[in-house]
This record gives sequence, C-alpha cells and structure tokens, in this order.
Amino acid sequence: MAVVFKRPHALKDIPMHYCPGCTHGIVHRLIAEVIDELGIEGKTVGISPVGCTYNNYEYFNCDMVQAAHGRAPAVATGVKRVNPDNIVFAYQGDGDLAAIGTAEIVHAAARGEKITVIFVNNAIYGMTSGQMAPTTLVNQVTTTTPFGRKPEIHGHPINVCELLSTLKGAVYVERVSVHDIKNIFNAKKAIKKAFKVQMANLGFSIVEVLSTCPTNWGLSPVEALKWLRDNMIPAYPLGNFKGKDLEV
Amino acid sequence: MGEKLLMKGNEVIAEAAIRAGCRFYFGYPITPQTEVMHYMAKRMPEVGGTFVQAESEIAAINMVYGAASAGGRVMTTSSSPGISLMQEGISYAACAELPLVMVNIVRCGPGLGGILPAQCDYFQSVKGGGHGDYKMVVLAPCSVQELYELTVEAFNISDRYRIITMILGDGILGQMMEAVEFRDVENIQNVEKPWAVTGTGMKREHNVITSIYIDPEVLEAHNRKLQEKYRLIEENEVRVEEYNCENADVIVVAFGTVARIVKNVIKTAEKEGIKVGLIRPVTLWPFPVKTFEKYATVPKAFLTVEMNAGQMLEDVKLAVNGKNKVDFLGRMGGMVPTQKEILDKIKELIW
Repeated sequence: MAVVFKRPHALKDIPMHYCPGCTHGIVHRLIAEVIDELGIEGKTVGISPVGCTYNNYEYFNCDMVQAAHGRAPAVATGVKRVNPDNIVFAYQGDGDLAAIGTAEIVHAAARGEKITVIFVNNAIYGMTSGQMAPTTLVNQVTTTTPFGRKPEIHGHPINVCELLSTLKGAVYVERVSVHDIKNIFNAKKAIKKAFKVQMANLGFSIVEVLSTCPTNWGLSPVEALKWLRDNMIPAYPLGNFKGKDLEV
Repeated sequence: MGEKLLMKGNEVIAEAAIRAGCRFYFGYPITPQTEVMHYMAKRMPEVGGTFVQAESEIAAINMVYGAASAGGRVMTTSSSPGISLMQEGISYAACAELPLVMVNIVRCGPGLGGILPAQCDYFQSVKGGGHGDYKMVVLAPCSVQELYELTVEAFNISDRYRIITMILGDGILGQMMEAVEFRDVENIQNVEKPWAVTGTGMKREHNVITSIYIDPEVLEAHNRKLQEKYRLIEENEVRVEEYNCENADVIVVAFGTVARIVKNVIKTAEKEGIKVGLIRPVTLWPFPVKTFEKYATVPKAFLTVEMNAGQMLEDVKLAVNGKNKVDFLGRMGGMVPTQKEILDKIKELIW
C-alpha cells in the first residue's frame, strides 16, 4: 500500500500540548515538511520562544535552544555566528516578537542576520490567558482590554511585516495565513522560500503567519478560523512585502 | 618567558581572551570598559573571530547565550548598569549550564551613579543578581598581570564546569597601564562539548538547551545537580592570597585594587611596629572560608576594607563565625580609601 500522508521526519512522534483548534500545530508541521523537503534537518537549529510554544523544542527532531522572552533573534544570532553552516530558525509569537522583543527583532533584521523567523500572530497573549498583544485589533476584547482595544488608550496595533520591510537587511518578508487549505499551501511556500533565502546566504527572512487562538478569543475552532479571515486579514493584509523576485 | 608589554587593563582582558581561544565577542558600549570592545573590534577579524556590537546589553547576553549553546568560546564585557540589564540572561545561562565568561569593570552606583572605581557590585556578582538559586565563579584580580592570568583561567573554569565565570574589576584596574607578561597559554584546555547545538548531522538524538522545567520534581532534581556542582567548585577552585598573617596584630581583608593599597599600609605599619596581615580573596565565590577558619583567633581583630558600604564584610563575618571581632572601613561613590585612613583605623583597633 502506498503511503500518501505521514508525519514529517523533522517532527517527533509525540502528542502536542496545544488547545483544540489552535493552529500552532499546523505551523509546526509546515516547518517540519520544509525541513524534510530541503534535506536540512541534520544542520538545522531551532530557537523556541516564551509563550504557548515555549517547549516546541520537544516537537522538532533538529537541535533546539529555548530562549528568554523576546530574545530569540539575539540567541539565533549567537548560534548562527558560531556555526554559519547551520540553518537557524526562530519561532516567535506576537507578544514575544512585537512587544518585549521589539529591539531584538528589529536589529537582527537590520544587521541582515542570516536567520529565518517564523512569526505567529494570533493577536493575543495565549499562554498567560488572553491579554492584549501588540497585534490585538482595535475594539478586540482581551483580559486587559475588557472594553475593547481603544487606540486613544491602548495605542494602535503593530504591522510587523510593513515595519521590518523598511530595513535593508530584511531581504524576504511575507505574511501568510493558515485559516484554510489554500492559505496553508501558500504559507508552506513562503516558509520554504524563507529557508532557501537563508541557505543562499542572502540575509534575514521572516514569515508572519496569521493564526488562531480559539481558547482566548472565546470562539469555537471553526468560528475562530472565520474570525481570522474576516477581522485579521483586513488589518494584516496577506502577501509579499519584500523579496518576491528573489531567485532561490 | 613570554612577551612583556606595557598595556592598559581593559586591553589585556581582550588580548588574554583571544589567547585563551575566545573567538566570539558580543557587547554594548559602556564606560569604563569600552577599550575591551575597541580592542576586540580590531583583533577578532585578525584571528578569524566574530565581534558583534549588540543593540543593548540584553541582546548582547542573549547572543552570548546562543553562541555558548552552539559550543563557541564566548565572552561579553560590561560595567555595572549594563550588567544589571544582563541579569535575565545570566540566570537563564546558569540554569542551562552554559560556559561563558563575563567581565564587570565596576562603576559606582546605585543608578547611573558615576564612572569612578567602586566595588559595590559584590552582592550582585556573588549572591546572585538574577533570579533563582544559582552561582557563578567570581574572580577578582588586583593587577594587570593577574587580569591576564585570571581571564585565561576563567575560560578553563567555565568549560570545565559548564558555568559562568565573571571577572570583577574596577575602573582603576581597567584603565591603568602596567607591564604584563603574556606567559605561554599552555594550560588552555579544549573541552569537548557533545551537548552543544551544532546540528544533529542525522547521527544523534537532538540536543536541547533549555532553562525551563515545568515538572517540580524534575526542576528540583536539576537544582540539586547544580548545587552539587557548586559544592565541587567550592572544594576545588578557591583562590586566595594570604600575606603576613602569621602572628598578625590585625588582619585586613580586601579584594582587587584595595588590596594593593593595603600592601603599602602593611609596610608603613611595620615601621611603626604593628604587624598587619592581609587576606585577599581572589575567588569572591567560592569564598576562601578555610583561610578564615585557620586565622580566626590569630589577630586582635579583622578589618575589612572595601569600596562599598560593606558587602564582602558579610562573608567575612560568616567565615570568622563569631570567633573574632570584624570591623569595617569603606568608601563609596568613587572615593578610594587612603593608606592613612586604613592605618588610622588599624591603630584604633589595637590601641
């Protein structure tokens, strides 16, 4: 019998701890499929963040380093500078990357560090139970914006791809989503290209993945996918911001 | 004999690190240690190493964390407020058992304070400036020659025990020029790091560097393992200079540059018929407790002299353990104790 679908080798055969309907599992799988297809598992080093994915080092078969909150791009810099032949990726959430770690991501991009960042944006702090994130939408209710995010009080959301694409060192910047099959395929393409940009030594690459958090959004998994489509995509337009024409 | 040069303390730290095989340096500018960075920026490319000026001390220590995880011989240097910013990374690296070398060329605090010499970061270094039960080896050189030797040794200690080693100096030591002999670095040990994240090569299980242990039993077991390592270091790595302590009327306790002032005091006192001894802890942690046990009842009193409000004083009192009087003389804010002040205090203690 022909096997048509199986667990990627880069992913360990253990149950993940994510909530039902959470899309982190999909993003993990896409990264692992890309690592398999590029044949780079043996030289890849991943950096785990702080947040819901703090222990995703348990899920990947490649070498992994767990980093302090927001510091993954700095840790990735250190790893890559010691062993430039390694392929180094950092997995970060929106609080990690766009709040506490803003300096580290901006400067890693500005330096053009040859690392790949997978930035999962679900517009909320998941791990600590649903506080406002830098990417929380205007009027979105969270545990720290119980009456909705008001720009005059809480400021505006941060569009990370738009921000980083102004930096010369960031050579590949793309925003994707995982709310339906078509977009999942697009997301994989972007992640693969981001890794290939690093393999070609071209500079810093980042893929922002719009993602759901049914638990903290207070929605069912299906409702959450629709909410992402209807609310997040208008605020965070999908597409390539930089490096579309890079041949890799 | 090695090559003998007249060099500034901060530059000697950098050259010593290079000779000890350090090939990765990450730092952020702060006075009075910036010459280390300047030197590294020039020297690292010459030896095929990496120099990165980070966007902050927080980023610098996390780059160091990554580089140490990948098995690199790595160092960062800073000064008091910068070291405060690094405490998060220090605590994580201590838990993840990463070997790395740090230098703190201390300035006077608290706050932004001033850039003049002080020893007010003793507690921060020795008692744990970051969160959690951890220790780092703290070395306190008192001359430019010793800066060289202890910087080399710091890398060996770090690799041997998978621990952070910190050189604690002050602005006098960092800024002064003295003759230094670059003795052959024969004792550089190259330690295998099979735990490092270098890529599995599809030949082994994946390596993980982490400092998070959610299961309390596992975390307690990890803490016990760390504590066992600390006990081993206390057993093996104590360094101390004892000078003139036999039959001393007063034993002065001082570390770093203050100990040099005390040595001059000892000579002056001798002319006046007063026998003064010196205990100079070279490792501030592990603290040379046994030396104090040996001399606890010898002098009429111990006198701890520091450029702070009395920090090592607490460890001296614990080590003397109530068996003798322990007095204190301290200057703060960048003021350096004079020989006369120290001698007057000694006389006050014995008369």
